[in-house]
Amino acid sequence: MTTHPAPQGLDAHLVVERGSFRLDITLTAAPGDVVALLGPNGAGKTTALRALAGLAPLTDGRLRLDGRDLARTPPESRPVGVVFQDYLLFPHLTALDNVAFGPRCRGADRSEARTRAAAWLERMGLAAHMGAKPKRLSGGQAQRVALARALATDPRLLLLDEPLAALDARTRLEVRAQLRRHLADFEAVAVLVTHDPLDAMVLADRLVVVEHGRVVQEGAPADIARHPRTEYIAQLVGLNLYRGRADGHTVRLDAGPEVSTTENLSGPAFVAFPPGAVTLYRDRPTGSSARNLWRCEVAGLESHGDQIRVELTGELPLAADLTAVAVAELGLHTGAPVWAAVKATQTHAYPA
Amino acid sequence: MTSTAQDTPRKARRSRAPGRGVPLALLAPALIGLAFLLVPLLALVVRAPWRDLPEQLTSPAVWDALRLSLVCATTATALSLVVGVPLAWLLARTDFPGRSLVRALVTLPLVLPPVVGGVALLLALGRNGVVGRWLDEWFGVTLPFTTAGVVLAETFVALPFLVISVEGTLRAADPRFEEAAATLGASRFTAFRRVTLPLIAPGVAAGAVLAWARALGEFGATITFAGNFPGRTQTMPLAVYLALQNDPAAAIALSLVLLAVSVAVLAGLRDRWTRAV
Amino acid sequence: MIRSARLAALVLLVSLGLGACSSSGGGDGSPGGTVTVFAAASLKESFTELGDRFEEEHPGTGVTFNFNGSDSLAAGIVGGAPADVFAAASPSTMARVTDERLTADAPVTFARNRLAIATAPGNPHGIGSLKDLAAPGLKVVLCDETVPCGAAARKALAAAGADVTPASYEQDVKSALTKVRLDEADAAVVYRTDVRAAGDTVDGVDFPEAAQAVNDYPIARLEKAPNAPAADAFIAFVMSPEGRKVLGKAGFLAP
Repeated sequence: MTTHPAPQGLDAHLVVERGSFRLDITLTAAPGDVVALLGPNGAGKTTALRALAGLAPLTDGRLRLDGRDLARTPPESRPVGVVFQDYLLFPHLTALDNVAFGPRCRGADRSEARTRAAAWLERMGLAAHMGAKPKRLSGGQAQRVALARALATDPRLLLLDEPLAALDARTRLEVRAQLRRHLADFEAVAVLVTHDPLDAMVLADRLVVVEHGRVVQEGAPADIARHPRTEYIAQLVGLNLYRGRADGHTVRLDAGPEVSTTENLSGPAFVAFPPGAVTLYRDRPTGSSARNLWRCEVAGLESHGDQIRVELTGELPLAADLTAVAVAELGLHTGAPVWAAVKATQTHAYPA
Repeated sequence: MTSTAQDTPRKARRSRAPGRGVPLALLAPALIGLAFLLVPLLALVVRAPWRDLPEQLTSPAVWDALRLSLVCATTATALSLVVGVPLAWLLARTDFPGRSLVRALVTLPLVLPPVVGGVALLLALGRNGVVGRWLDEWFGVTLPFTTAGVVLAETFVALPFLVISVEGTLRAADPRFEEAAATLGASRFTAFRRVTLPLIAPGVAAGAVLAWARALGEFGATITFAGNFPGRTQTMPLAVYLALQNDPAAAIALSLVLLAVSVAVLAGLRDRWTRAV
Repeated sequence: MIRSARLAALVLLVSLGLGACSSSGGGDGSPGGTVTVFAAASLKESFTELGDRFEEEHPGTGVTFNFNGSDSLAAGIVGGAPADVFAAASPSTMARVTDERLTADAPVTFARNRLAIATAPGNPHGIGSLKDLAAPGLKVVLCDETVPCGAAARKALAAAGADVTPASYEQDVKSALTKVRLDEADAAVVYRTDVRAAGDTVDGVDFPEAAQAVNDYPIARLEKAPNAPAADAFIAFVMSPEGRKVLGKAGFLAP
């Protein structure tokens, strides 16, 4: 055991057991970091957030914030601010009193708390809505009041649970940009939970992907988008992803077939390629230069933006994006046999 | 019943589903139920000795009983609020072994015949009771035959109404508001006082009115535990019951007074809430 | 509420059944059917025994009792309850029924009751007379003046010149007695029959003024009695030497 100077920021190993579910993740962040916990529903993201806030007790592990052990500290004594998914603004209090609530509880007198609350609301551009009750606020305004309320206690850790999920698409765009600015200004650690990769990538410096209660991948958003390590992430970023064993320019996939790649690797590896790189043929192509050719069957067709995504099964399950014209010319329908080809230059292999 | 073309536009706008009437299968039992509740009360009014009424009502005994009833029912309601709201919170928001048993016990006075409740109170708080003996010995306090005894008897029967009503409201209220308050630095008590209580205020008020009404009409536990002495423990229901023994006309007159006061208070409160909400 | 509902159902059944029975019954001195008796609460012990003996002597004839405060019973009868016999604890309560001309004949007095002071066993406060009840600090309960035992107690207290402020005016004699048995009150003015029925849970103290407040118990067949022959037979049995003996044993005086 060596003694360090108290490390700043968040140093957490969260273990929460509830019935058959077990959350076990490690989370560290320096002041100024914005970390996004990304994962499918039921992965344990919200449980992790509640554990950080003190609303769910830790079964095991540790929780330190700026060197202070918080594992046994009750929520009201933690320097933590939370923006809840549906904001949970107190409906009987005005926006101003909602924001002043925290400072009041932390010892400020009434006028001081109100002064601070007013300053925060002004910063959020809500000076005109201080006296409004929450039900009179729009979704975007309520979100900003919730953020102001969480920040008014000067937390050392800011937690945001699906901060944009309650907003409609148009408001979302605008609020996302504002939130990004406020998070950039925030000098302590911010952790946000989301299942939306776009929110995560826009708002966070670092992503932590959680599946089944464990961290499956973490890193900068761009790295994760380029090198997904689970099917969930690959789907999120829109890639076909396979695991296998590389030997030179060939990767033998766990699923069976081989894929030719441009990279030269050996050992366990991932191969990824976008659905748009897949070409389909009704008959086996003869003149094609593609060496990656698999016999498949159409499992489903789905509109995907201005393209049609074709789900394929067979030698290699994969997704292909085609134009509507191409789908019509090929006469694709569920159950139709097709050949799928991908050029080696369109694939991307990296060590697993 | 059904809105027709003859309806004024304003009326039509107000009805929720224009052109759709109330189904007879619901309307008929509803009206029977209403009649069942109202006809006995109407009979009291119809058969009231209106000619003797002024004489009956100027008797100071009536006003003594009425004043005592109002004071005791209101005090019992206040007492129920002080202990009942925290008890409801405990039942709704905490987890402890035997909680469902405790909840069942809280509702017991609802099924207990009030006279039995009065005897139970005597056995507990009487001069020779399990607890009352020590009250007498240490503080010289005896509760039977006192106005405080009336308040206790009424609280005993009214408290369950309040607890059940408030607990129901608490269960319906989102407990995450308390969590949000906690993350802002509020202790559980502060969260309860500044967030939960304002949120459940309408439910607490409804429970308090139920408790008040129950306390106002209380008879069995009161006469058994607190006895019957004019001006001290004789509330309106006791006065009505005893008048019924040999002067039914007086009993009807007293009942009308009690009804009129109750209706005035309940209607008045209701208006105040609907305006506040 | 359940009890009275059941009672009402019973009374209804009985009265319906009697319509058929009363005409055919009574060939061999047994009137047959069922006789419904509304009797004052203080008669509970003695009348229950009388009923058993009556049924033994009149095979095929049943007796159903409704014991309650005399006033409630009178109110029930005036309200149309189908009873055969009414035995009240005071002439004034019986008067409410006779005033409405609801009895078949003039009521007759079948028993008399005297008041007594009930105290805790051993009479710890040494109460010997009505005047002793005025002692400060003594908790005394009386019956409310609207019920017979209360009216009688008031008369007796006036005769004794005792100025007693009770802790409570109880709604009937049994609840006055209960307060003494539970030791909530030090003394109660009740009937001698109640003291006797309470066994050794209370002591009784007789006092001379009781003679000035003797309570007469009248009995009468009701005008609309569904089973008039059985009603008459029951009243005759109550007035018989055997009936007197049972009432005497309970502490009642002969009229």
